[in-house]
Amino acid sequence: MTPDAMSLALFVPLFGAIAAFVLPRAASVIGLVAVLATCSAVAWLAREVMAEGSMTVALGGWAPPLGIALRADGLSVAMLAMTGAVGLLVSLGALDALRDARQRQYFWPLWLLLLTGMNGVYLSTDIFNLYVMIEVIALAAVGLTVLSGTRAAVQAGLEYMYASILGALLFLLGVGFVYLEAGRLDFAGLIAAEPSAGLSAALALMVVGLLLKTALFPLHFWLPAAHANATAPASALLSGLVVKAALYIFLRLTTYMPLPDEIVITLIGALGAGAVLWGGVQALRAERLKMLVAWSTVVQIGLIFIAFARAGQVGLSESWKAAALLILAHGVAKAGMFLAAGRIRTEVGHDIIADLDRSAIRPTLAQFTFALAAISLIGLPPSLGFIGKWSLMEGAMAAGYWHWVVVTMIGTLMSVAYFSRVFAGFLRFDRMKGELAEHKGWAIADVAPLTLAFAAITLGLMAAPILSFIELGYPFGAVP
Amino acid sequence: MTDGLTGLAAMLNGALPGDAPLLPLFILLTSLLASPILFALPESAARLRTGINLGVAALKVALVAWLGFKVSQGVIYDIRFTMLPGLEFKLQADPLAILFVSLSAILWLITTVYSVGYLERGPHRARFFGFFSLCVAATVGIAMAGNLFTFLIFYELLTLATYPLVIHRGTAEALRAGRIYLIYTLCGGLVLLLGTLGLWVLAGTTGFVPGGVLEGLVAAHPLAAQALFVVLVGALGVKAALVPFHAWLPIAMVAPAPVSALLHAVAVVKAGAFGIMRVVYEVFGIETAQALGMTAPLAALAAVTIIFGSLKAITQDDIKKRLAYSTVSQVSYITLGVALASPIAAIGALAHLIHQGLMKITMFMAAGNLAEGLGVKKVSEMDGTGRAMPGTMLAFSAAALAMIGLPPLAGFVSKWYLAQGGLDAGAVWVVALLLGSSLLNAVYFLPMLHRAWFRDAPEPTGERAGAAEGAKAGTAPGPRPPVGWWLAGPPIVTALMVLAVGGFANAPFSPLEWTRFVVAIEYQE
Repeated sequence: MTPDAMSLALFVPLFGAIAAFVLPRAASVIGLVAVLATCSAVAWLAREVMAEGSMTVALGGWAPPLGIALRADGLSVAMLAMTGAVGLLVSLGALDALRDARQRQYFWPLWLLLLTGMNGVYLSTDIFNLYVMIEVIALAAVGLTVLSGTRAAVQAGLEYMYASILGALLFLLGVGFVYLEAGRLDFAGLIAAEPSAGLSAALALMVVGLLLKTALFPLHFWLPAAHANATAPASALLSGLVVKAALYIFLRLTTYMPLPDEIVITLIGALGAGAVLWGGVQALRAERLKMLVAWSTVVQIGLIFIAFARAGQVGLSESWKAAALLILAHGVAKAGMFLAAGRIRTEVGHDIIADLDRSAIRPTLAQFTFALAAISLIGLPPSLGFIGKWSLMEGAMAAGYWHWVVVTMIGTLMSVAYFSRVFAGFLRFDRMKGELAEHKGWAIADVAPLTLAFAAITLGLMAAPILSFIELGYPFGAVP
Repeated sequence: MTDGLTGLAAMLNGALPGDAPLLPLFILLTSLLASPILFALPESAARLRTGINLGVAALKVALVAWLGFKVSQGVIYDIRFTMLPGLEFKLQADPLAILFVSLSAILWLITTVYSVGYLERGPHRARFFGFFSLCVAATVGIAMAGNLFTFLIFYELLTLATYPLVIHRGTAEALRAGRIYLIYTLCGGLVLLLGTLGLWVLAGTTGFVPGGVLEGLVAAHPLAAQALFVVLVGALGVKAALVPFHAWLPIAMVAPAPVSALLHAVAVVKAGAFGIMRVVYEVFGIETAQALGMTAPLAALAAVTIIFGSLKAITQDDIKKRLAYSTVSQVSYITLGVALASPIAAIGALAHLIHQGLMKITMFMAAGNLAEGLGVKKVSEMDGTGRAMPGTMLAFSAAALAMIGLPPLAGFVSKWYLAQGGLDAGAVWVVALLLGSSLLNAVYFLPMLHRAWFRDAPEPTGERAGAAEGAKAGTAPGPRPPVGWWLAGPPIVTALMVLAVGGFANAPFSPLEWTRFVVAIEYQE
């Protein structure tokens, strides 16, 4: 078998994970090299997709429905690229953030395993394969959650694991139903299948499973604690990347197996609205910085589902693009924000929001990074988050769905409110006892988060090429 | 332009390098790129910081002068960049943009000098000048935005960049003011986003075109067009401090004096007023706006704001608060001139954009000097300040008299055109309004001048005694002036400009002359 970019994107991190596990002393080096190599494979793949539109490879030469095929189009490569780039920067951040040798030893194999699973999700063409991959992701993600070893993290990890297993089981049940009804599990088979009650039930099961995994309100209960208590690089990966895998499957699945009617779409949008409002309230009440950031993830997931539902069934193929933009924007910005929050915690020694202004130590660059990431998450121009929000509201307005516009605007105001709690802590200094310390200069550890946050802002300027890239190979509407 | 000037212009045109199509972008980048450098400088590198600040500000003035000259020669600048399919980031340098850019570039230079003097020993200077620079970049972007979408981007940037400046002192009071400022301006920004989206969805463009882009929509859906007008002008009215959205402005005066100057004269309220101009002239078109029946209510709102601001100003004892309410009143002259829908009134409005900036910045810098040099923060403490700080108080007096509208000072010129425009538009009440407003201006400014020049300083007591005696009986030979030249100079310079733009209003390249150029374009004559 000649090596191709897709197989490389799958197997490089897998073998990297094994190597990093076997050779714990060289784990960091192996990890970085594997991530870099994966990024190169993705870059190669991106070039090919740009030339060809979409590509399919049959693993081992066996074509579906018997064998496993990998397929890449604009959307999947965009997700791969986001995963690779964010992953690389988080890996760099992890070099500094993980001080404990045992943490380092386990972080790299878990993260590479996670990368394998994520890449697998983005390249899969059948739903059983997707099930396997989300199990791989869940395994690695739970491991990353408990990596910090604190009591709270272990408890949150346990809860996360239960939710994950339940979600995967529901998905597997759906897969079984599909097999009974259609006799095939590949995407082409799903498209070809005659709609039936059984298939609808299968879709319902799979969608609920995915919503649980991506933590859409009210199935978000496991997320805040899990993301807030993990170590900073793990939080960045979990919040920025992991929840996106289930979201991506949801987008794909609803392309190939259309949701039965308008009401379901509205319901999903309504859950998104619930996430925006409830998550916003919780973020306003959060006492710790990382908890606030985690609740903001709940809000952003809700926003992505509102983007999905913004124009009902008619506008769905356009809505997918808005949702995809928001997925990318959140991935980059949130990873940067979690890393910055971790830096602030390391420097200041705590992450209690109310006490941020009582600290004489001011990690200026990390604070600046946090603010930049917040600009994208709030959706202020010219960030990618702004472009995503613009697309969302534009479509909703054009379709006359004013309720989505109103919810989005309320969500934006709430995000300003909860993020400015943090900014005020950065900028005021009247409650401090004693002398104000000189501003901290920059440290190597600030580079990764700053790059991510900066990218979240400047990618907004590249929204047009990003959009046309996502559309390569017609991910939404063509036979795979 | 006059004949003699044409020869000079032709000569200069030959001397300057051909065309630099990206010139507007360079002007934007000067302060945008200076900002990260200023952030990165350590607190102790004061000289380097001052050098960069002044160098970049001077460079910007030079580039703007070049740009203005080129535009007056008929060169058209147009920089586009596609953000989303059909939606462009666009910079242009039309004469209206030049008017605002020159104001901000020149006043930025002067304010920078003042800020260096004002903050030299304070904390967080790196942060201050970084955001200061960012603010000016945003203002330039607002001025040169070629469509409402681009305008929105810089409008939000301006909000974000001014917030840290407003709370620069870091006290609980400053923080409260900052919070109120942020709530008002971000809500305004969000509504502006809504309006921009509405414009995009309804009209398929967000472009600024003299004469407007909405004729089709107005004919088909007049109600939607009216709603759009209310949303857009309402959103911009927050920064323009139109009643009832004005409350943030007097509260934000807790900021350091250079920031107040920036808020009141250079950037924030001007961005709002300028935006209203763009929306009325180049999104709706003045005739369309008039046909929709929206200009009359806007004029009425502006009139209410003018009187309300003046009345509130009379009751304030705090100097900066009095000046802030005066701004609420004075900025609405601009809106009034736009809303009267008469080309003559438009000249008054545009000229006032410049004139008000010059006058108000003089007064805020003078107020800052009073607070810094003498510890005077209240009107009732101003007795005898004229003798203590003659330069500062002369500048303050000139600006105050100009505000009242004493001919031939700057304020008189704008009021004259506004009144003429009112008559031209058949609104006689405008003359009465302006007379009334001038009277109120006199009521709140003249007592300040009277105290400063005709009353003796009180016997030094308590806290101020120490400072005053320290100044008198200091070791230096002769009385030391309460403030240095970095602080005393800038208001004097701007006061001289107030005299010049009024006295030489008809000279070529004067703001008034340029204004006529702009109005001819907006009214498509």
